[in-house]
Amino acid sequence: MIRRLAGATLVIVAVACTGSSTNGSRAGSATLSRIRARGSVKCGITQGAGFATSDSRGQWQGFDVDFCRAVAAAVLNDPAKVTFIPYTQQQRFAGLQSGEVDLLANGTSLTISRVMQRHLHFGPVYFYDGQGFMVPRSSGVTSATRLDGATICVQQGTTTESNLADFARRHAITFHPIVIEDLRGVVSALAGGRCDAISQDGAGLATTRTMLQRPGDYVILPDRISKEPIAAVLRSGDDQWLEVVNWVFRTPMQAEELGIDQRKAKDSLQSSDPTVRRFLGLEPGVVNGFGLDPRWTYNVIAAVGNYADIFDRNLGMNTPLRLERGMNRLWSNGGLMYSPPFR
Amino acid sequence: MTNAPRRNTSRGAGTSAVRGALVQGAALGAVVIVLWWLGHNTLVTLQEHDVPFGFDFLRQPANFDIGDTGGLRFGPQDTIGRAIVVGLGNTLRVAALGCVLAILCGFLLGILRLVANPMVRGVARSIVEVMRNTPLLLLLLFLDATIRQLPGPGEALHPMSGVFISNRGLALPSFAFSSGTLDLPHLAGFNFVGGWTLSPEFAALLAALVLHHAAHISEVVRGAILAVPRGQQEAARALGLSSFQVLRFVTVPQALRAMVPLLATSCVSLVKNSSLAVAIGFPDLVSVLNTTGNQTGRNIEAMLIMIVVYLGVSLAVAAPLGRYNARFLRRVA
Repeated sequence: MIRRLAGATLVIVAVACTGSSTNGSRAGSATLSRIRARGSVKCGITQGAGFATSDSRGQWQGFDVDFCRAVAAAVLNDPAKVTFIPYTQQQRFAGLQSGEVDLLANGTSLTISRVMQRHLHFGPVYFYDGQGFMVPRSSGVTSATRLDGATICVQQGTTTESNLADFARRHAITFHPIVIEDLRGVVSALAGGRCDAISQDGAGLATTRTMLQRPGDYVILPDRISKEPIAAVLRSGDDQWLEVVNWVFRTPMQAEELGIDQRKAKDSLQSSDPTVRRFLGLEPGVVNGFGLDPRWTYNVIAAVGNYADIFDRNLGMNTPLRLERGMNRLWSNGGLMYSPPFR
Repeated sequence: MTNAPRRNTSRGAGTSAVRGALVQGAALGAVVIVLWWLGHNTLVTLQEHDVPFGFDFLRQPANFDIGDTGGLRFGPQDTIGRAIVVGLGNTLRVAALGCVLAILCGFLLGILRLVANPMVRGVARSIVEVMRNTPLLLLLLFLDATIRQLPGPGEALHPMSGVFISNRGLALPSFAFSSGTLDLPHLAGFNFVGGWTLSPEFAALLAALVLHHAAHISEVVRGAILAVPRGQQEAARALGLSSFQVLRFVTVPQALRAMVPLLATSCVSLVKNSSLAVAIGFPDLVSVLNTTGNQTGRNIEAMLIMIVVYLGVSLAVAAPLGRYNARFLRRVA
């Protein structure tokens, strides 16, 4: 409790002590000039296998981390110039809104209440997910609607508990939720038979399954009971910065659509295709602005690759998570990833 | 000659009292000003950063369910305010029961440490030392994991009709006042339905809090009893009282005087320690407020509620014990 109260006090004091920072921008972007002055992008992340983990040398890697690096590559021409700040779900918005970080790329879902009630702004959706269930294979359960009366363990999250309650009400069934603060507590409760199922976002379930002693004994049910469009989160009041983040996050999607990957990035500088030339900033007056390097799109792809590169490296079939692209395929391949034109 | 110094001292006491009042007043003023500045700056900064602040969200529907409501009626359609009340109810339920049991167990352990039999003393001492020297969180996780080793609901222990012990808790028959019948729990699908269920999380939390604080209280009890002058006990023995009577009528009443303030402190820290519930998934006040904070984004408001409620509960626990202590001191004096 003392720890908790101390944490609460710290957050309040942090907010209380943050002087009046000028966030509005009449000439140029305050956030962009702050980033240039300090020489690094401050990116709020949340630790999780595949999305943001730090290795033995303290190097961060993961899907979210790559998008943070893409922003640094675009703004500072160097993907290494990122300061990663790990947040829990509880701290993240306070961290963003007090100005401690420039953006959050930590698996936050875009929802209207966060825009209208919290006055947050969102970048493009860069990962589509949905909440699902994982059960022991021995239970024989094949669909979420068969879980009537079941005890469901969840990690204290944001919309996790309410999605669960909504689903139960919609299907007129009852769940007994057990809300545990730490994910390891959820894992041990499932392994120990305290709960009949756990519920998390689909990618989270894949991560959690790797934490179980016998991953093969557990199945992820096909039901998705919520829409979780993951997007970068920004404070209000800096339009230019919002647009920079918007277009940096779209760059890997557009690169995949144009067939430019990390390996072929250099060769594509010689391309004669006008779409490719406009995209890579070889034709002036299209992608340059806001004081960014004229070749910022190229820098992004050279640093982190296209969307497929980022996905396969961190989440794909050759990683422990073994996630399918699914909804995250390009629109042209039947998925939802769609970048407005770079024109 | 004898009058002059007395006048002097009285004048000295007067100035020192004035000086004391001034210093205290200045300190209080400084605290108020700092608090006001922090609060004002928070509101201004929140407004500047366009973060809404207010408590109107308490009337919104909660949209989440609470697994263990301790008998209170609650559903996702109820308000956030009601959810917080249910969480507070859970905190108070575990804290009140914990406080009473911890004091009883602490008394027993403390007295057992003073009996003549070395074996009893040794056992009591090892319990106290183990409990005092392990972190409460560790004890809590250990007890939670231990209870989880019970068989699943399908293979529940069934010692007598209507009683089931499983890793889903202790299911007991309950009396339905409306129909005047006994409501027997029975297994339906995944869990037991009907009757009254004691959740494993509540049991683990209660046991951990009681064991941990009983060990502390036993030391308080032991110390207080040892502080009673030996002559008192010897005199009582000389009057022909039995050991129990000495304890009951002579030692404990005098020891209480030293004990009560410390018992109050123990209870207050038990209330605060009950917030470790989030670690094992018992929906106490902190757990419910964390969920609402996460869901509505009103983290600062949730923390303020947390601070005010814990402060209020702690003062409410301390106040009656303090009053008792004051009355006690008057009576003794």
